[in-house]
Amino acid sequence: MKYLDEYRDAKIARGLAAEIRRRSTRPWVLMEICGGQTHTLMRYGIDELLGNAVHLVHGPGCPVCVTPLETIDRALTLAAMPDVTLVSYGDMLRVPGSNTDLFHVKAEGGDVRVVYSPTDAVQLAGSQPDRNVVFFAVGFETTAPAHAMAILQAERLGLKNFSILASHVLVPPAIRTLLNSPRNRVQAFIAPGHVCTVVGMREYEDLVSEFHVPIVVGGFEPVDLLEAIRMLVVQLEEGRSEVENQYVRSVQYEGNKAAQEAVARVFEVADRKWRGIGPIPVSGLRIKDSYALYDAERVFQLGCVCAEEPAECISAEVLLGHKKPTDCVAFGTRCTPEKPLGAPMVSSEGACAAYYQYRRHAVAR
Amino acid sequence: MPPITNTGAMRSPAEPVNDDTQDLAAFSCPLPLPARDRILLGHGSGGKLSADLLKDVFLPALGNPVLNRLEDQAIVSLDGARLAITTDSFVVKPLFFRGGDIGSLAVHGTINDLAMGGAEPLWLSVAFILEEGLFTETLRRVVASMHQAASSAGVPIVTGDTKVVEKGSADGLFINTTGIGRVRNGISLSASQAQPGDAILVSGFLGDHGIAILAEREGLQFETQVQSDSAALHSLVAHLLDATREVRCLRDPTRGGLSSTLNEIAASSNVGMELNETAIPVREEVRGACEMLGLDPMYVANEGKLVAVVAASDAQKALQALQAHPLGHDAAIIGHVRAEHPRMVVMRTALGTTRIVDMLAGDQLPRIC
Repeated sequence: MKYLDEYRDAKIARGLAAEIRRRSTRPWVLMEICGGQTHTLMRYGIDELLGNAVHLVHGPGCPVCVTPLETIDRALTLAAMPDVTLVSYGDMLRVPGSNTDLFHVKAEGGDVRVVYSPTDAVQLAGSQPDRNVVFFAVGFETTAPAHAMAILQAERLGLKNFSILASHVLVPPAIRTLLNSPRNRVQAFIAPGHVCTVVGMREYEDLVSEFHVPIVVGGFEPVDLLEAIRMLVVQLEEGRSEVENQYVRSVQYEGNKAAQEAVARVFEVADRKWRGIGPIPVSGLRIKDSYALYDAERVFQLGCVCAEEPAECISAEVLLGHKKPTDCVAFGTRCTPEKPLGAPMVSSEGACAAYYQYRRHAVAR
Repeated sequence: MPPITNTGAMRSPAEPVNDDTQDLAAFSCPLPLPARDRILLGHGSGGKLSADLLKDVFLPALGNPVLNRLEDQAIVSLDGARLAITTDSFVVKPLFFRGGDIGSLAVHGTINDLAMGGAEPLWLSVAFILEEGLFTETLRRVVASMHQAASSAGVPIVTGDTKVVEKGSADGLFINTTGIGRVRNGISLSASQAQPGDAILVSGFLGDHGIAILAEREGLQFETQVQSDSAALHSLVAHLLDATREVRCLRDPTRGGLSSTLNEIAASSNVGMELNETAIPVREEVRGACEMLGLDPMYVANEGKLVAVVAASDAQKALQALQAHPLGHDAAIIGHVRAEHPRMVVMRTALGTTRIVDMLAGDQLPRIC
């Protein structure tokens, strides 16, 4: 497949890995932010190719993982309401709330649907005017434009029965929290290519000038990631810290203006709680008051739901890169994708789930 | 993870039914909360929840030495002859798809479950559950397709039953087929017989059926020329068993795809497996559709392919036999059984690294970004 096979080419990948091993004078600690990137690194065994040249730790960029438990409980409450059709991305259905998940709510009669695009949910609302259609909208800056467009489309169609339960988080505040942590050990970052396709690279320049840490915007295929790692190692070895763009086939400096405008019309920046990490100031998006009619939290007056995480889970340590999934004593035993104790084991893009799914044969037990 | 074994004798629906926008969730294996008081779609997925139903509900009540083997077919002895019996229900939606329909699928699926036990299929039964209001012409088309499939396979349908339920109680029509066959002399195939060193073969391109079905479903806007591979495999099996007696196990990788089948064999035989990613045959169109949908062809259903575990000494002979048959033209040796990492299937990637190929447990839901 064109535009894919060349980024999975074994010869190019091995060549890049050899160059990284050659140039690296010590085991630099790098973090990839996005769960999609973690998934690729594990699936293709990139850590095996790199040996000890770099130490990869995995960032908080799995939207399903960092959605707070209480938000999931709110979605479950909505899905159980007789006049509500709850619509979401497939990943969200299996995510357990405090007591149940959407699959179980569905089996008990709840109307729960999976779509690929939020505009499908708008269409659904148009076709069944007697039901309230709620789209459970999670994600980073990447999915926010599509969710904003769904609200704008519902407004244009004059729909009164469409709303979204929004849980949006932003990457740069999370990186800032991480770099401010006294226990931070990350020396350079692979920034998420899809997020930067939307928002551009400017915010990452602010991080570089504030913290003097190299950042390379990277793609999602093995060659993309190896190239991004090589660029970071070169910067580290040369003592530079800059924002560089490996994912040039998708990311432009300014990002996607139209997408940014749609987001700015509908959403505003707000404090957000991250599952496994806790509250981070100005790290999320909330629906503006002017679009409150489309905000399920306000339409249905869901109020405060409190939820407790299992004590044994070390997800905060994992999501902040302090520890690897395999450092957890519950990994693969008391915590598995079928019975997750915490966020990073929940979704396929979570770091713990990626290790469990692809790498547990390589873990000495 | 406990061993998960599929059973033709007690199989739950191959394709869960629900309305269109939910089909993707149904297509994969919904987990993870333990099932409590209700049946979830995941109980029909062939994965962990299906295994739980067997363990908690069916086997405690119905278990006996034949059923407890949990192969795709039961093998029983009668007056010195060994008979294979299997039954399967078909609830596929849509009823008609590129390369087949529910009728041909119901004939092929049951023939294949017999064939995987090394049996020559002799007779089929068919039972219809029809929904009030179904167009007679639709039923006529399905029945004509069954006739066509059964007669070209040379396996007559010798008995049947029809029930009609109220509108809303079934999704158009459901079909159950049961098959009886005679196991070849000297042949004993089982998922528990794989041994270190054995070769693992597949009979052709993987994932065609699942992608053809998904392409027909609403809510997924993509077009493809991919056709279902639905086919009766008994003549391919006969051809293979004529060429070599060193076949340990045959399975058709339907629900859950190749990865589930291999994990079942690995668990049942308490062996490891190592696959070679570049050797696994997947059509370019199927790869493309999977990329777009966030699916892995290793988990996508097939209805006209088999997996064979064959002693290393006869691997080439088996490969040539498969390739010489029209249904095995694109057969390949995709890996080997290992003593290392028992009960785990490990893939050697194109990059030369390794990774696990797990049971279907989380990768087949659409990705968010």
